[in-house]
Amino acid sequence: MKERLSRETIAMRIAKEFFDGAVVNLGIGIPTLVSSFVPEGIDVIYHSENGVVGFGPVVTADEMTAKADVDFVNAGGQYLSPKAGMCFVNHADAFLMVRGGHVDFTVLGAIEISGKGDLANWMLPGRGVGNIGGGMDLAFNVKRVICATEHTTRDGKPKIVKQCSVALTAPKCVNLIVTDIAVIEVTPKGLRLKEYAPGWTVDEIQAITEPELIVSPELKEYSLF
Amino acid sequence: MLNKIFSTFDAAVQDIPDGATIMLGNFAGPGGTPYYLIHALKRQGTKNLTIIANTAGGIGLTVDYADHRVLFENKQVKKVIASFPFATSARNPSAAEKQIAAGEVALEIVPQGTLSERIRAGAAGIPAFYTPTGYDTVIAKGKEVKWFGGKPCLLENALYADYAFIRAYKADKMGNLVYRGTQRQFNPVMAMNARITIAEVDEIVEVGEIDPEVIVTPGLFVKRIVKVTEKPDFPRHLETSFRV
Repeated sequence: MKERLSRETIAMRIAKEFFDGAVVNLGIGIPTLVSSFVPEGIDVIYHSENGVVGFGPVVTADEMTAKADVDFVNAGGQYLSPKAGMCFVNHADAFLMVRGGHVDFTVLGAIEISGKGDLANWMLPGRGVGNIGGGMDLAFNVKRVICATEHTTRDGKPKIVKQCSVALTAPKCVNLIVTDIAVIEVTPKGLRLKEYAPGWTVDEIQAITEPELIVSPELKEYSLF
Repeated sequence: MLNKIFSTFDAAVQDIPDGATIMLGNFAGPGGTPYYLIHALKRQGTKNLTIIANTAGGIGLTVDYADHRVLFENKQVKKVIASFPFATSARNPSAAEKQIAAGEVALEIVPQGTLSERIRAGAAGIPAFYTPTGYDTVIAKGKEVKWFGGKPCLLENALYADYAFIRAYKADKMGNLVYRGTQRQFNPVMAMNARITIAEVDEIVEVGEIDPEVIVTPGLFVKRIVKVTEKPDFPRHLETSFRV
């Protein structure tokens, strides 16, 4: 079994995409980790669906007694630290920012992604139900949608598929897929393999990716710096 | 001056009839949830309610507490309009999830941004609007599609409520409200929507004591105010601000 990259490494690679001043919304899971790896000199403005913009880091376990406050949380219910310049808005305005194209990046998890960039991440397989939450609004409307995901399911099946088998979050919305073995850009012509994890070949990645990959002329090893 | 202050939560919800539609603030924990109004409504016992809220209660994502899941447990709800209706863990399904699966409660699931915009539209006298969110997904079923600037959009209808349960920080006696931190979430838009908005607050002050520059919800939207007197189990530090 070849070695795959950690969740932290995926997060680190995604953080490299951001530019100074970018407005960023992070989903739950690997996406939350991204905030720990934003390079020095890049100041991003975090947006959370419940209505806070420009907040500081999530409160750590050690700080909990002093800082945890139910009136200051992100959309996942994690306690936040304040940051100079942050502000609170109501929920409709938080989504005005999303729908109106004022958010530059969103990082979302995925159950399946199709070769056309369709994203399925809300309907829980085997349970027949799901929570849409704000994921649909983000996937449809944010300028650049980045998916952070393991390349395959726990039992080794491809998550990047020809056609999604579960209900879509949004059609043709994903711009970049960052997995534990590859970085893939969604283009009008198809999926373009840009980077591979150390030790992986194009054929090995293709073997666990359903749609045919277009190999970028600038194909290189996963680049974190 | 019209007296809007009710001395108990029970008195503030006493007239809510069977079949009423109620909006209530709720997002990511107890912060902006009108906990005491919800529990008063449980004691009051009115049935066949339509609940409009972000969740259907008991989702288990954050601190576990008795939010509006108690209205489902008490079989008071016939319909819920929500964006995050199910518990996050399959092992701990909420009362709402079980009742939806059994066909006892009807569910209308709505993307979150569309939900607050439908509430705002209802408040603003806009009966419907077009939005790109949801095209070509299960949400689009039965909805009119129209293209704007090369983008397919869905027609979404406004929502209306008889009552809104609002959690705010401070009210003056006219009902002008300010919020604390992320307590805001759905509360300000719901406050503007309902025929009768009831605000649950930590503090009630004299008219003129709140700086007009910082009022979020104008008092004309708020018909009833009740002050919280108990100290909750949740971590809150009302003496400090979030200013750095």
